[in-house]
Amino acid sequence: MLKILSLLAMAVLSTAALAQQKSAADGIAEYRAMLADGNPAELFEARGEDLWKKKRGPKNASLEQCDLGKGPGVVKGAFVELPRWFADTGKVQDLESRLLTCMETLQGLDAKVIAATPFGKGEQVGMEGLTAWISAESKGMRFNLSQSHTQEKVTYELGKRTFFYRAGPYDFSCASCHAQAGKRIRLQDLPELTKNPGDGVGFAAWPAYRVSSGELWSMQRRLNDCYRQQRFPYPGYASDVTIALGVYMGVNAQGAQSVAPALKR
Amino acid sequence: MAGCATLPPGPNYAELVKQMMDASFRNEGIATTDRLIQDQANAACSEAQGANPPDAVVEAIQQAALKSVRMPSDGKFTGDWREGAKLAQNGRGMTWTDKTALPKDNGGNCLNCHQVTKEELSYGTIGPSLYHYGKDRGVLDPESPEARPIVEYTWTKIYNAKSYNACSGMPRFGHAGLLDEKQMKDLMALLLDPKSPVNR
Repeated sequence: MLKILSLLAMAVLSTAALAQQKSAADGIAEYRAMLADGNPAELFEARGEDLWKKKRGPKNASLEQCDLGKGPGVVKGAFVELPRWFADTGKVQDLESRLLTCMETLQGLDAKVIAATPFGKGEQVGMEGLTAWISAESKGMRFNLSQSHTQEKVTYELGKRTFFYRAGPYDFSCASCHAQAGKRIRLQDLPELTKNPGDGVGFAAWPAYRVSSGELWSMQRRLNDCYRQQRFPYPGYASDVTIALGVYMGVNAQGAQSVAPALKR
Repeated sequence: MAGCATLPPGPNYAELVKQMMDASFRNEGIATTDRLIQDQANAACSEAQGANPPDAVVEAIQQAALKSVRMPSDGKFTGDWREGAKLAQNGRGMTWTDKTALPKDNGGNCLNCHQVTKEELSYGTIGPSLYHYGKDRGVLDPESPEARPIVEYTWTKIYNAKSYNACSGMPRFGHAGLLDEKQMKDLMALLLDPKSPVNR
């Protein structure tokens, strides 16, 4: 089924490419419309909700008492306020680093081991579901990250500097691709991330189900592949650099409507 | 916009960024953490955050870049545009999933950012269109004395794009050892040979 979907998507995309060079966006929009009632991300959401409620780990506990920022167990609306400062850890955390904290404190799982697990394997499969479900619970809501704590402001500035940090064999930074409006790599439209790129674009479009690979990509995985293409070394899962970028993009996206989990080619 | 919030005084952000980078990245395959080290140009252009560094810094970066450029060892600037076309299409190289960092395993990545021919519609728009590059500049024979200034300019641009634009977004294909001399000559032919699809 997923393979058929990806073939279909490619067909739509190549048709668009032949017809006009304007953008892959038209082909993707058409394809999205076809799938309006059946984003495969729903399968991941269901898995994530189950996992949230399931008792497991050495402490045989669920994640239902996890505080994502709006109090223990409150999921609705949490996603569009992350990353944010958490008093109990003394850190600014994004959704995934916060989930690691909850899995460790509530369930007794080893956060380091989970962070070191490759995407799409073991506990990371669970993370895909959890991020899909938790983001879906805020679908249609608008990003509203706090900048009231000093550490939130400092992290924004660190994220901004990270965004413009040029290095590596190609001299690329995030800004190489994402600091101007209306640009493309090949036919792929690039969101401008130095400001609010609009509802459901950029930061407001991840996690997303990727039709081409049949995978659910969280923001951590999205950033990881950006850094691969930037020709940088490997960013640690939930590392400070990734969280700082999340704060920078999330604050810039203030007021943007979240469509996560979105559907991508 | 919240992003305009005033910063608390105190933190040494440059130092904090360095610590954060060191703690966040690890080696993976050919992509090792020494890639995080910035030379003068990357440090100054990062600091400027999309604007231009001070004039004196720009001048110093461009002078240093110009000095780094080595002209072709045999004095011939153009190779085979057909090979150049393949390189322009090839967007591979230098990621942690690539086997080696050798030029033979690297593409030119041109189409990622530039229009190159009229026929290829799948091109990026971060860089300017290169369609009719040689034709628009009146190049009839790239190896002729008349064409020499534009030919040397183009070689320099490919070899080290910072020679003319300190914070150019383009990789330094010669200076960074991304492409070898033959590959760069093939790209030169693609851009300058009147028979190349770029100029037809």
